[in-house]
Amino acid sequence: MSDNRFLVTASPHLRSRDSTPAIMWSVVGSLVPIIAFAVYYFGPSALLVILASVVGAVGTEAAFGKRGAPRDGSAAITGLLLGLCLPAGIPLWMAILGGAFGIGFGKLLFGGLGQNIFNPALLGRAFLQAAFPVALTTWPAVKDVPWWSLRGDNFALPLMSAKVDAVTTATPLGLMKFERVATSVGDLAFGTTAGSLGETGAILILLCGGFLALRNYLNWRIPASILLTVAVFVGILHLIDGARYPTPLFMVLSGGLMLGAVYMATDMVTSPVTNRGAWIFGAGIGFLVVLIRLWGGLAEGVMYAILIMNALVPFINRATQPKVFGVPATGGKP
Amino acid sequence: MFDRLTFRHGVHPPELKQLTADVRVRRLPYPKEVVLPLSQHTGKPAKPLVRVGDRVERGDLIAELDGWVSSPIHASASGTVTDIGLWPHPDGTFKTAIRIAVEPFSAQIPRPRLVPDWHGLSRDGLLEAIRHAGVVGLGGAAFPTHVKLKPPPDKPIEMILVNGCECEPYLTTDHRSMAEFPERIHLGIRIMMKILGVSKVVIGVERNKPDAIAALERTKPADLDVSILALTVKYPQGAEKMLIKAVTGREVPSGKLPLDVGVVVQNAASVATIAEVFETGLPLVERIVTVTGLGIRKPSNLIVPVGTKLGDLITACGGMTDDAREIVFGGPMMGAPQANLETPLTKGTTGVLVLAERECKTQDSYPCIRCGHCLDACPVFLNPQQLGKLAGAGRYEEMEADFHLIDCMLCGCCSYVCPSNIPLSQQFAAAKVALRQRKTAAA
Repeated sequence: MSDNRFLVTASPHLRSRDSTPAIMWSVVGSLVPIIAFAVYYFGPSALLVILASVVGAVGTEAAFGKRGAPRDGSAAITGLLLGLCLPAGIPLWMAILGGAFGIGFGKLLFGGLGQNIFNPALLGRAFLQAAFPVALTTWPAVKDVPWWSLRGDNFALPLMSAKVDAVTTATPLGLMKFERVATSVGDLAFGTTAGSLGETGAILILLCGGFLALRNYLNWRIPASILLTVAVFVGILHLIDGARYPTPLFMVLSGGLMLGAVYMATDMVTSPVTNRGAWIFGAGIGFLVVLIRLWGGLAEGVMYAILIMNALVPFINRATQPKVFGVPATGGKP
Repeated sequence: MFDRLTFRHGVHPPELKQLTADVRVRRLPYPKEVVLPLSQHTGKPAKPLVRVGDRVERGDLIAELDGWVSSPIHASASGTVTDIGLWPHPDGTFKTAIRIAVEPFSAQIPRPRLVPDWHGLSRDGLLEAIRHAGVVGLGGAAFPTHVKLKPPPDKPIEMILVNGCECEPYLTTDHRSMAEFPERIHLGIRIMMKILGVSKVVIGVERNKPDAIAALERTKPADLDVSILALTVKYPQGAEKMLIKAVTGREVPSGKLPLDVGVVVQNAASVATIAEVFETGLPLVERIVTVTGLGIRKPSNLIVPVGTKLGDLITACGGMTDDAREIVFGGPMMGAPQANLETPLTKGTTGVLVLAERECKTQDSYPCIRCGHCLDACPVFLNPQQLGKLAGAGRYEEMEADFHLIDCMLCGCCSYVCPSNIPLSQQFAAAKVALRQRKTAAA
């Protein structure tokens, strides 16, 4: 009597149009203006470095991940974000290696999409920073060089020392920390400073992130919490000793904070699932960033701040379970 | 101000009601056969009183109730009992049912009143009449109405809440009941008020049914304290606990019933049915049902005899299109799929959805990316992400002990929003069944 032409599936029979690949590819799309700006500003080197880290990340996912896994777009995001936090002059083989490490050790080793604890792009960068500290902190000069010129020895062979003949400079945070020179807020906001490919241009990053937040592909509470914490913490310090501590605006706009807050910390897999957790997570990152930047040995601390908080996400999730409907606030179990 | 008349979280699926929202209710010609399962309600199945070969008239009692939480079954058409045995049931199993071959030339006119006139009846008399007329909730769960209308004496009832939300997409059963039979709703309210001794009544209707709200306002009796509230259009606004939250601001405690916060909720079509049985003198033998979806040629709102077979109903609606792919009893968010055209409609069937190929496209499933959208959708504030993880590992006891699985009402919001298409509510339903089985086995 049964008629085999009918489907028998469980409810709900309607599904929202969102899909995991759609989210991932939207993130990729939202990064296009930031990449375009990096290329406009740092020349062809920018494109080469970003492409190299994407090749490293996606290639590793294709080789060792589940069949068809690169199609979900998550490895592409890892590659793009890693590329955006590298300096323009870095040898390409390093960028490829960083992408491969991020996906291989940061994601596939944990079991692939959704299983990893740490942000794979940042893990790739942390690996590069540890392995090649000089290349990772050599910032090409941004003024008085022709657009088409490479900003470093991008084509250096693996494990050969790079010819350092490009004109280099220091980042605003480096200037602030080691030379006590402040960069103008206008340069920081519009991105006309030295730095990694995608960390210049705070306003552009905010706009692109805003697009994702409007589509609910990004939890706005995380960047809001990070930026607020940094601003308030540094603001208090600045009020105490204005000569020693920078202004909140400088702190918020400089270095990788904006890119980290908007794109790295909001990685869905490695951030809390609860909204209360998102606030706590962001506050922790903001606090650690200020600690590292002002009292640590490094000029920049966004990467480590996010990685440290990534490790705490399971605990944050457990501590911020939602209060169930009809259960008294104190009576429920976690 | 009206925007506050809702609950937190929930989802906004496409409403898809335009297929039948303005289609007047029409009566289905009697089918050749009706099949009446003994279990059409929450509670114990009814006990059959007829034998094969017996002749029955429309409205005759053919199976009597068994205990307090049970409901009798009446013949929904005149004819001859041909079989009492297992038959496909809307829940996907086979259950005992009484088959009646319908008399082709019967006028199907009821004999003198089977349900007494309500005017002269006491509260207990009204309750007994409703009980013996087989009235159950028509919103889906088919909970016997007489049980709902007799709360324990230590639970005072302050308010009757008529649920006219109909938040499930596609369905227009309650909508048409309210728009076309508003007097019945008000009469049903009057009878319920008398039984419960309650003076305050609120009818909650989602704002996407302005004609229903207007009809109810127009026919509102001047002597009753009835207010009609237009509520935010959001799923699951029609879930009892969500509706109570929207209207009164009260949260029904976990594991408790609406009557624990002094409210009795009854769905609009069920209220109309209370009036209908007293008006016509016939027990519950027919109901309004929406037949809709892009897979049906003529989407309709129909008055059908209970026990009409799915196939007959589809034929009466012009048949299926060539690309019809899935049939669902109820709404798309919580409804149950049907594979068998012989399955009968029961008292609790709110709608029949015939989905075309393009309405039920299959989608790939991905691993959970912990986006947290399910937490923002869950109307009871569970953590479907964690529950899903535990369900996948078969750790059902933890789901119940630590993550409040018991409060999940399987509304499907989490599955609806999940970008990875993880069948969360299906897993939770399975977990609930498994836990129940383990407990029964242990006991």
